[in-house]
Amino acid sequence: MNVPSNLKYTKSDEWFDPSSGAMGITDYAQGQLSDIVFVELLVEEGEDVTVGKAIASVESVKASAEIYASAAGKVSAVNKGLSDKPETLNSDPYGEGWMIKVAGGVAGDVMDAAEYEKYCAGRAH
Amino acid sequence: MATILEPTIFELSSPGRIGVTMPASDVPHSDLPNKNLLRSDLPLPELAEVDVVRHYMKLSKFNYSVDDGFYPLGSCTMKYNPKINEDTCRLPGFLYTHPLQPIETVQGNLVLMYELQEWLKEISGFAGMTLQPAAGAHGEFTGVLMMAAYHKSRNDSKRTKMLIPDAAHGTNPASAGMLGFSVVTIPSDARGNVDLKALAAACDDTVVGMMLTNPNTLGMFDENIEKVIELVHKCGGLMYGDGANLNALLGIVRPGDLGFDVMHFNLHKTFSVPHGGGGPGSGPVGVSERLVDFLPSPLVGILEDGEDEIPPLYGFVTPKQTIGRMKAFHGHFGGGLVRAYTYIAMHGLDGLKAISQFAVLNANYLQARLRGTYTIPYDRICMHEFVAEGQFAGSDVRALDIAKRLMDYNFHPPTNYFPLIVHEALMIEPTETENKDTLDRFADALIKIAEEAKSQPELLHDAPHITPFGRMDEVKAARELVLCCWLPEDYQNQ
Repeated sequence: MNVPSNLKYTKSDEWFDPSSGAMGITDYAQGQLSDIVFVELLVEEGEDVTVGKAIASVESVKASAEIYASAAGKVSAVNKGLSDKPETLNSDPYGEGWMIKVAGGVAGDVMDAAEYEKYCAGRAH
Repeated sequence: MATILEPTIFELSSPGRIGVTMPASDVPHSDLPNKNLLRSDLPLPELAEVDVVRHYMKLSKFNYSVDDGFYPLGSCTMKYNPKINEDTCRLPGFLYTHPLQPIETVQGNLVLMYELQEWLKEISGFAGMTLQPAAGAHGEFTGVLMMAAYHKSRNDSKRTKMLIPDAAHGTNPASAGMLGFSVVTIPSDARGNVDLKALAAACDDTVVGMMLTNPNTLGMFDENIEKVIELVHKCGGLMYGDGANLNALLGIVRPGDLGFDVMHFNLHKTFSVPHGGGGPGSGPVGVSERLVDFLPSPLVGILEDGEDEIPPLYGFVTPKQTIGRMKAFHGHFGGGLVRAYTYIAMHGLDGLKAISQFAVLNANYLQARLRGTYTIPYDRICMHEFVAEGQFAGSDVRALDIAKRLMDYNFHPPTNYFPLIVHEALMIEPTETENKDTLDRFADALIKIAEEAKSQPELLHDAPHITPFGRMDEVKAARELVLCCWLPEDYQNQ
């Protein structure tokens, strides 16, 4: 499982990059969901998001899930291409699979990479 | 992989082929009143009658139903539906009536509906009952509308939160969402019950109510049910029960007695109305005393009491603060109500109780036989269903592979990947209608498959092998949606 050390993580398996303001879903999340077949981004550029606001809806062959904002701020960019290529979330969740970027993002209740890794290990059967 | 290809009806078409030869017209020709209503450019298939019959006969043989074999689809209660239901719902008095007939001419139908309302009230312990909703989720919507109407009637407008456990049916949050309520998810504790601490923390004066599936989707009866209901009531919320799993409780526990305020039934699960294949559902809703006035209109009631030899006059009544009509006419009468009435009448109180006892016994027998071979994460006495994990340590076999492999053993797979709180979930509900031999064959197959998962995993990855079509590409099907035979631009070019 890939957990980049420069990112922050939520309990609901989203990541936040404090330096770029980008956020998305973690490698663990995409693995649990399996093949992702549909993504709909629920926020637009210029919108203010609060921590916990639903920013995207994701569907895989197994389940559907809401993705929540891991930080608050004004949306500066939205990865519009994602809905045409939902499989990007499986192949590159931390790179091409970013969902939105916020300016001046203030992270909510987040963990660092080591804490998140431990958190994921605790959930494995 | 044995792939038996049957072309689509459009591919079988050959220009000029027809089903019947019409004789020359012997009446004067007249133009159609509105030619725009007819489209001569529709690409309709052209075939002889015999080709059409053979095509659909072939397709029908690809099907698998509860009349073919065991169908342990968790939370769907795919019980065998007695064929006497098919006789009763085709009795001419039921079949050849219309809901707009004067009530004096359809007293038999109204008696049936009235008695069914009363019986469902008796079974569930509720004070009022509507038979209108078309199916389960429609019943949920009806129930949540009544909850909203109740709070509105008390000018209690700040209630916007619906509490829903993570072991609930997926329709529950959808129904709450339809009314614009926000959903607060309540986690389950280690025993599969509602986490009381989390519930207490969520209970405040903004709570509309709680929607609880009990037994829940883990097949667990909530051990703290009275405490759960008390917490919700204490903060002014109403308690919604999802009755989809009622097959575990008949004649044993009445949700109304436990303190539920509203609950929908799934007559097409518990009361042997056929379902699957889009058949008619039926979702009556029962309510406690304080919601009776909000029931949909009309209900069937007694308009004039009878005396001596004269029977009462049955007709329609309107609750005082009704939320209105939820469906054209009175529900799925022949499809749902007559069949459910037949089933209840045929079983009686003792028979209904036996249904639930055997449903629970069968599920526990299967669970006991699979324990040790499959991980059962919430392992205690279950109700009518249980959830196992479809995965093994050190193996890349998944629940989907096991489900597909079961088809090679001539069983319908159980529900998989639900509930979401269990990894690689296999949700198994045998129902009361299966005998021990069938349960043993099914358990034997699952145990054999667990061995295959170790010795020949490719057998599972490539399954099913004996069906007309092998493994479907679910990812491709979901990503590349093609929902019609012709693309719109092809159609325009024709």
